[in-house]
Amino acid sequence: MTRRKIVLRFDAANVDEPIIYRLARDYDLVFNILKANVSSQMEGSLVMELTGERYQEGLAYLKEQGVDVQPLNQEVVQNQERCTSCGACTAICPTGALHLARPAMQVEFDRDECVLCQLCVAACPVKAMEVHF
Amino acid sequence: MTVRTYGEINARIRSGKVVVLTAEEAIELVAAKGLAKAAAEVDVVTTGTFGPMCSSGAYFNFGHSRPRMRMQKVWLNGVPAYAGLAAVDAYLGATELPEDDPCNSKYPGEFKYGGGHVIEELVAGRRVHLEAESYGTDCYPRKKLDTWFSLAEINEAVLFNPRNAYQNYNCAVNQSDRTIYTYMGVLKPRLGNAHYSTSGQLSPLLKDPSFRTIGMGTRIFLGGGTGYVAWQGTQHFPGVHRDAEGREFGPAGGTLAVIGDLKQMSPRWLMGSSFTGYGATLTVGLGIPIPVLDEEILRAATATDADLFAQIVDYSDAYPDRRPENLGLVSYAELKTGKITLLERQVPTAPVSSYPRAREIAAILKEWIQKGDFTLTEPAFTLGAAVQAAPARSLEDRSKE
Repeated sequence: MTRRKIVLRFDAANVDEPIIYRLARDYDLVFNILKANVSSQMEGSLVMELTGERYQEGLAYLKEQGVDVQPLNQEVVQNQERCTSCGACTAICPTGALHLARPAMQVEFDRDECVLCQLCVAACPVKAMEVHF
Repeated sequence: MTVRTYGEINARIRSGKVVVLTAEEAIELVAAKGLAKAAAEVDVVTTGTFGPMCSSGAYFNFGHSRPRMRMQKVWLNGVPAYAGLAAVDAYLGATELPEDDPCNSKYPGEFKYGGGHVIEELVAGRRVHLEAESYGTDCYPRKKLDTWFSLAEINEAVLFNPRNAYQNYNCAVNQSDRTIYTYMGVLKPRLGNAHYSTSGQLSPLLKDPSFRTIGMGTRIFLGGGTGYVAWQGTQHFPGVHRDAEGREFGPAGGTLAVIGDLKQMSPRWLMGSSFTGYGATLTVGLGIPIPVLDEEILRAATATDADLFAQIVDYSDAYPDRRPENLGLVSYAELKTGKITLLERQVPTAPVSSYPRAREIAAILKEWIQKGDFTLTEPAFTLGAAVQAAPARSLEDRSKE
């Protein structure tokens, strides 16, 4: 029996597939969704705990569907020394974990809302968003 | 109608009596007391901006090695610098990349390190790897050089940016079906976000829109040190935005060429930056003091985010295809709320230029002036009407001379 917390990232092409349903039905896996940010025809992300004997088969199915799967043993950290509060990450962050505090326009990072999609890492011009393992 | 002259302002700076407000503070004062009373009180309004400015770079004189070398090709931390100058001079551009950078061959490229990052390392006091090659001459026999230097160890290091401090800029959106990677950041498909890049009511050239006080020789805050306006910037088109009915929506696209001693500058105000899928650049801190010579200057300097507008441009199509069309105009006050309505959709907005850092620059410049360290310079010529006659030129494809 395998039990793991994982992060799934969907793109606009596969977000409308009933992927989680198939994981449960075809691979007999128990899923517990911890965080989800999924909208029709948009890229999305999902953090969940997945449990079952056929865990590896389920993972292979996800990859086949073009879903990016990462283990949840990472943490995204805002390097306060480096962050200039430009704001370039704030409309990219899918959950609002990175947001502008108004009226000061200071970038704030709410770690509890982070789903580890790491879109901010690519969006940050000064490389202030870091992935820690 | 003159309220005060440059000479009078500088006399007040020297005597410690000068009244300086940041543009934000000046807006509040005018709202409270009215324009005439505020203009009688305030000598100087300070501004600031901190954003990516690609047309930036620095030139160096490294000093002569023994034996001497006429450096023909130069690399700084692996980034090529232009050495088609005298023996040991070179210019490093902020967007230059190492020759082995994969660029966009694995799209979108990361552009982790470029000329702007080298400049940041130098102002942070770190030594940089200097490699040079040449062909050898009778007076400059050396053909190869491999050494390390810091800013303190070379003769000159001068930040010289041909196009900075854009007066105003587009609000960038993406109407296509795929994510695009631009110098305005990552733009999500189907109007997924809208990015703008200005400090708006704090931005230097928005606060003196007709260039009544800003021109060649204006002393400024540049990269944490003092600098000067050297010339008009490239693509200096200080026109006015108009909508389809011909109504005016404020300043468009004036720019500045600026210069200053890199040795005075700091990594807090010059930061190497990378735009995924686009390239490397330098984020530059720049602030300009505006002398309140008359009420009209103060009126312009106290324009608010609600008075200043950006044109919304599709970076998936109209922009790359050089078509002038736009999707309308939007005020910075609306953009700063975090969402706008565009084509009947709610679109999240975000800046790519730091408002808190712009505010900090305006406050530092205010402090320098109050302390008497920084007097105001009257420009040799200003960059308004005289230079705006030239229309924007485009480059056409031609097959022969």
